[in-house]
Amino acid sequence: MAGASLGRPGDTNMKSETDQMHSPPKTPRWHVRDLFRLRADIPKPIFTAAGIVVPAILLLVWWLVAYLVLVKPLFLPSPGAILSEGWRQITEGILIADASVSIYRIVIGWLTATVVAVPVGILMGNFKIIEGALEPLISTVRYMPVVALIPLSILWTGIGDGQKILILFLGTFFQQVLMIMDNVKNIDMNLIRAGQTLGFSNREILMRIILPAASPAIWDTFRITIGWTWTYLVVAELVAANQGLGRRIMDAQRYLATDTILFGTLFIGVLGLVTDQIFKRVGRLMFRWNETNR
Amino acid sequence: MNTQKNEATGAPKVELDGVAKVFQVNRAPFVAIERIDLRILQNEFVSIVGTSGCGKSTLLNMVGGLDEPSAGEIRIDGASVRGPGRNRGFVFQSYSLFEWMTVEGNIRFALEKSAIAKSEKAELVRHYIHAVGLAGFETAYPKQLSGGMRQRVAIARALVYKPSILLMDEPFGALDAQTRGMMQELLLKVWEEHKVTVLFVTHDVDEAVFLSDRVIVLASRPGRVKRDIAIDLERPRSFELLTDPRFTDYKREILAEIREETLKVMALEQP
Repeated sequence: MAGASLGRPGDTNMKSETDQMHSPPKTPRWHVRDLFRLRADIPKPIFTAAGIVVPAILLLVWWLVAYLVLVKPLFLPSPGAILSEGWRQITEGILIADASVSIYRIVIGWLTATVVAVPVGILMGNFKIIEGALEPLISTVRYMPVVALIPLSILWTGIGDGQKILILFLGTFFQQVLMIMDNVKNIDMNLIRAGQTLGFSNREILMRIILPAASPAIWDTFRITIGWTWTYLVVAELVAANQGLGRRIMDAQRYLATDTILFGTLFIGVLGLVTDQIFKRVGRLMFRWNETNR
Repeated sequence: MNTQKNEATGAPKVELDGVAKVFQVNRAPFVAIERIDLRILQNEFVSIVGTSGCGKSTLLNMVGGLDEPSAGEIRIDGASVRGPGRNRGFVFQSYSLFEWMTVEGNIRFALEKSAIAKSEKAELVRHYIHAVGLAGFETAYPKQLSGGMRQRVAIARALVYKPSILLMDEPFGALDAQTRGMMQELLLKVWEEHKVTVLFVTHDVDEAVFLSDRVIVLASRPGRVKRDIAIDLERPRSFELLTDPRFTDYKREILAEIREETLKVMALEQP
């Protein structure tokens, strides 16, 4: 261990070190091909710019197609038409009304799914008997098309908000519960062993070790699954809804109001993006300890 | 000779009597450990080495009460082992720290079930943080620490509630060679100051000889004790010992035993 201060250990070879002593190191010339090295990092501004440039090009192409009337406006309305449709919905108060109804349904549907999925998923991840009892059932239901359940959902819950929330619940819960089971299973078994050695009861280990250890992963599951809840919105508002972003799109279908359809779809996308960002940021605040900043 | 070795007197601390472990693998029984009889004395530092799959970790888990023997009995202080308990402390290769707690929080958590005053707990936490050289990192989170530092937290967490046996499962296996050397010295220093019985699983023969009073070589398939070698080197030990001819002799002897086992296993694996 003595004398180890000479040079750094590891793969740094002596030759390159002496080279650096003669000429000061300078930033190597940067090439476009550097962008296509496997897994290599690229400059942050380029990374961000790429995310802006691609949608911008698509928008430009879209605008050109509409401007040159390469496609009938019925099939693809111009970006301007979409904007003015958006403005109309805002000024007439339709958008706020639709969005608040839809957000309410999303939040309640997702929350009910989550409130059930968290305890069930945690139990499934920790007790083989519960996994054995529920996993085959849930995996089967998971593949059933939610749309096909609309008639039944109306029979069971009527045509009010309850029916919409039920559809959102069905679309979210079965995926979510399996993901939470996996989140819990993926924690280091030795954490549980450490807890047992330290004399903690099963309940204490569950609440004070397993749950916090799995919480960043569970939060990620929340973030992903609320995205899925958003994608089920149109399905949920397919039948017997007067208001809602999904309803607006389905109504527009009847009148071939493609500008309304496209605006509604894009707007749902934007709300989904906002939700995602909120979850991401809150997660970062909540799980500071999970960051490797060294 | 072993000047200040251990108070190797009286009844054994840990006793293994005809311990066997059979697993079910694809509906067929797989004998991981055929039969192990072992006596470990109070404050003895015992390493277990052997080829991979010889049942080293299984053995450690059974002493820890995390796994049950299929036959035989394990006794600690004369009492049969029935599950894990606070008379034992565990250190795992994967650190296994509570990552949502600070360094201090991790160590304090281990004291939660101790019936002692709060001030005394704080004093113990402080003492062990110093003992493993982590003063100044009390409020750091594990993910902000290097591997070696994380393992120091794990060692402090395993010792702070004063278990009489420390079970270590390849604790330094994930560390680079330099850090590992420093951690071995640190472990010996801490052990000299706070005597406990140590059961140390490793596949690093240098490490086993350097640290231990006794090295147990396990035979593979099925696992059983092949050799039980007393390491008669003075303590406290320092890194100069690594080039001592007596050290090298022990190392050669143990390596030969393990090599023989490895060849046997490889022959078994031939199609």
